[in-house]
Amino acid sequence: MNPALEPILADLEKQFGASRSEFRDQAKLLLGPEHIVAAATALRDRHGFEMLAGLSAVDYWPQRAPRFHTVYQFKSLAKNLRLEVRVPLDGDDPELESITSVFPNADWHERELWDMFGLRIQNHPDLRRILMPADWTGHPLRKDYPLGYEEVQFSFNFEEIEQRKPRPKD
Amino acid sequence: MTLEQIEITTEELRHLVSSRAIEGETILLNMGPQHPSTHGVLRLLLELDGEIVVNCIPDIGFLHTGIEKNMEAKSYEKVEVMTDRLDYLNTMGNNLAYCLAVEKLVDLDVPERAQAIRVIFAELQRIASHFVWLATHLLDLGAMSVFFYAFNQRERIFDLMEMAGGQRMMTTYFRPGGLWRDVPAGWEEGVRELIDDLPRHFEKYEALISKNPIFLDRTKNIGVLSAKDALAWGVTGSTLRGSGVNYDLRKAEPYSGYERYDFDVPLASEGDVYARYWVRMKELYQSVRIIRQALDTLPGGPFRSNNRKFVPPPRSELGESMEAVIHHFKLWTEGFPAPKNSVYLPVESPRGELGVLLEGDGGPKPYRCHWRTPSFVNLQILPKISKGCYVADLVAIIGSIDIVLGDTDR
Repeated sequence: MNPALEPILADLEKQFGASRSEFRDQAKLLLGPEHIVAAATALRDRHGFEMLAGLSAVDYWPQRAPRFHTVYQFKSLAKNLRLEVRVPLDGDDPELESITSVFPNADWHERELWDMFGLRIQNHPDLRRILMPADWTGHPLRKDYPLGYEEVQFSFNFEEIEQRKPRPKD
Repeated sequence: MTLEQIEITTEELRHLVSSRAIEGETILLNMGPQHPSTHGVLRLLLELDGEIVVNCIPDIGFLHTGIEKNMEAKSYEKVEVMTDRLDYLNTMGNNLAYCLAVEKLVDLDVPERAQAIRVIFAELQRIASHFVWLATHLLDLGAMSVFFYAFNQRERIFDLMEMAGGQRMMTTYFRPGGLWRDVPAGWEEGVRELIDDLPRHFEKYEALISKNPIFLDRTKNIGVLSAKDALAWGVTGSTLRGSGVNYDLRKAEPYSGYERYDFDVPLASEGDVYARYWVRMKELYQSVRIIRQALDTLPGGPFRSNNRKFVPPPRSELGESMEAVIHHFKLWTEGFPAPKNSVYLPVESPRGELGVLLEGDGGPKPYRCHWRTPSFVNLQILPKISKGCYVADLVAIIGSIDIVLGDTDR
């Protein structure tokens, strides 16, 4: 890990109760969902991370707490640093505060989170589906969403699979 | 649900258009998805006051193929074939990003020869991609001959790719741990001949375009993007460098041995369509410079790692060694496992930062593979920089951001 990240991580741990981990020289910070807007602001204004380089999520179904991790990639051009911030979200229908007020390019990324994972982004300026058709049901990148092929139904699980089959709304 | 309900109505877009559109003072016009100047299947909903763009609302997803979902169901080796289909003008670059991510995740070494050949191909691909950008951008602006010139030269790059990987476009030539096979005899001479010849063509294009009064009228002070906005909106690549920000991942976070080569990062400060054009044209020369250095110092030795847990043994060993048969069988039936953790690996694609978030779960398939694609992020600034311009200029702006819809929609 880059030693220049050390004071930044220490500051965020102290202020937001975050916890860090490291894998292959890349630092990761686990942060509560209630702190994400404040942490993004602090990263931008106090620590020189000018850019939100990426935003995505991971679904850990059937685990429930946390079911999702939202993964933010922050980049500092001036200091040439990268920091991954992970926000755990519990339950099947989680809510998350939008960071579009801090990083405007989170707009489409968050629309993708809603479209693909069904994360309800709060205070988002334009929360519509972005990649899937507007009338689609379900959120394809969730792990309980079947992958294209039809699941084989047996008599013992016929009803269960019937219920989660993807189909357009009509 | 009826068709009327599926169609997006003015009511749904009320928060995106101005109040004048609701009153009917301005008109709403669809541009695309089947429009040659939108570089694929991009739909733009335009709010127009006469010929002036009041609001521009991009609608993407027409080329969404669910590649990220599909990747979760394939083993690490098989996933790579799909990476070619993301940004179809930067196939080698996508392979590179994916292979580097896998190598980082499982901690796999790559021999120097493989790294150098990867750099040569990535730069050849950058030239080929910039040729398509140049050709289509100029075609949008009404200059047709550059299209034929650039596509002729692009074909020569594809010949070299076919020579090495057997495919012109969907190469899958890089593999985790190195390359699929070594480059054949005659390939080095072919590359050398090409790079000796290419600068002459770049100069020809520049002589045709750079001082052309029509081109200058269409591009100077059009679609101006300030450095501050570019950073806030996460714009990367030549579009960012056209706004004067010196950020190139090949310099900032070198991979595959880019730190060994001497090259410059072209910068322009104006941030308009012309600046982005100028930066990309100068990048062509730098790519040739990198290829020449990599070719001059091309080391010998193995072309892929000798770590048999991740890289299949050579065919010749299968008849002689029991271990080779076992490794071969394990790799092609089951694949190799990756640790339960994630890496994020960014590379500089012709369009900007191409990042792969790869998460393993201890098994042979990726648990999650997210592609942070440059076109997706760069396209977001289109509404911002196209406000107040003419519809005809909008076409120039789209071309100057250099989007690929396969990259945007994944």
